[in-house]
Amino acid sequence: MSEQAEMLAARQQAAHRGEWQRLPLIESPRLRWGIVFGVLVYLVLALASVEVDWERVAEGAGRAVNFLGAFMQPDFVSRYDDIVAGLLESLTMTLTSTVIGVLLAIPVGLGGARNIAPLPIYTACRAIIAVSRTFQEVIIAILFVVMFGFGPFAGMITLAFATIGFMAKLLAEDIEDLDWRQVEAVRATGASWWQTMNHAIQPQVMPRLIGLSMYRLDINFRESSVIGIVGAGGIGATLNTSLSRYEYDTSAAILLVIIAIVLLCEYSSSHVRRWTQ
Amino acid sequence: MPVSTSPLGQPIWRRRTTRAQWLQYLAWLAGGSLFLLCWKLISDNTMWVFVEDAGRQGADLISRMTPPEWGYANVLWKPMWDTLNIATLGTALGIIMAFPVAFLAARNTTPHPLIRSAALVVIVSSRSINSLIWAMLLVTILGPGVLAGIIAIALRSIGFVGKLLYEAIEEIHPTPVEAISATGASRMQVMNYGVLPQVMPAFAGISVYRWDINIRESTVLGLVGAGGIGLQLNASINSLAWDQVSVIFVMIFATVLVSEGISARVRHAII
Repeated sequence: MSEQAEMLAARQQAAHRGEWQRLPLIESPRLRWGIVFGVLVYLVLALASVEVDWERVAEGAGRAVNFLGAFMQPDFVSRYDDIVAGLLESLTMTLTSTVIGVLLAIPVGLGGARNIAPLPIYTACRAIIAVSRTFQEVIIAILFVVMFGFGPFAGMITLAFATIGFMAKLLAEDIEDLDWRQVEAVRATGASWWQTMNHAIQPQVMPRLIGLSMYRLDINFRESSVIGIVGAGGIGATLNTSLSRYEYDTSAAILLVIIAIVLLCEYSSSHVRRWTQ
Repeated sequence: MPVSTSPLGQPIWRRRTTRAQWLQYLAWLAGGSLFLLCWKLISDNTMWVFVEDAGRQGADLISRMTPPEWGYANVLWKPMWDTLNIATLGTALGIIMAFPVAFLAARNTTPHPLIRSAALVVIVSSRSINSLIWAMLLVTILGPGVLAGIIAIALRSIGFVGKLLYEAIEEIHPTPVEAISATGASRMQVMNYGVLPQVMPAFAGISVYRWDINIRESTVLGLVGAGGIGLQLNASINSLAWDQVSVIFVMIFATVLVSEGISARVRHAII
């Protein structure tokens, strides 16, 4: 205590002399300088191992200019049918996968909450969540494309699987810190397990669940635009084709459409969230 | 509360009015039909023969993936190091660029509303384009390699870090800012002593969180040629060496778990 008071007095005197300095973010000087040193060593090692082919970069500069030019004049028309078909596939994939994923995530989420699930179920559900969250959608898509063949079905299963991990984790965390008194009150009336879930837990987590589902819809659309690269259908396939054909004006058009739809999704989902809370 | 009367003249409590009840049924009907319509579109574009085959294919895949060819792990250390570099350097580059953008985009620190909208456009376009798409574009421009991956991750991170940071800036307490400006401080001094200390913990937390996400994303960038362990993954899949693929999966799983643990601990320590 007295040490702190001394330090405070010293800081005040420094301030009177006009030499005040603010406190550092990390208190212990050894740790602070240790972190700085560690970062420097890492940067040197990392930058040394990055190989850059500057000639290739210089060569690519022309393409970058082409690409920027294409963004100024996107071409929606010449591949109109492909773009519409890809978009439709992406949108349908997004919707069905979100619905299926959220429905499946609810039981997993209930099982992953430590305060309402017994240990074996908890461990199993947490394992599902960990596996689904660790792997990128694209990696999962590769496996499902091998299993289910090319096309939007594999994409839908992929996105649904990724949705399970995301939603179940957040739902489980939500259930873990809900207001336990309400559960006790409902249980005290002699309610069964289903009735407890329905009247004590569901009303507390529902608004956030709806909000998160809308958010996930948004993410699923964004992801649906890339899993096409590995053959899982959607606008990503169209984009990939246009890029490999060097039709940058079509790619620019597709990217602009994606940005517009994401904006729309985000805008409407923020509305829905405000309305449910 | 809607209350109707029974034939005997007693009030009956109901949860919704008749109108609200019908509207709800209608909403469910519309939602259900939309879902079925989407389902039909997907099922039309699907070869069901392949789907029926899925169980056998899955079992086949698993039998090919086990046992993993552990010796292959020795080849993977360099690509894994590259992946970590892509994620870390990309995050660093991304947050350096996101920092000023966030200050321009926050309502209370922006110099002009027009600049604010420009900054918001930057944030939104960076956020809506997946890092894999950025990587595809950059590989055509810069050529395949780690550099394209780093820049792709950086460009994707701007939007994420920028958005969360500008929201944090908008939520700061106005009183310290007022106190600093009352001393006659310049604009930069107000930023430095009034705003910055308040958002610094949030900024550090967001950066570490994004780093953790970027590790996960950088594992697949190699699929389009942007370096890292994804290159190895692509090569193994193309040569149908599924026992190597499972080694790569185990390595990715372990790395992501460790990075998630580190990020959770750091965020816990900061906030």
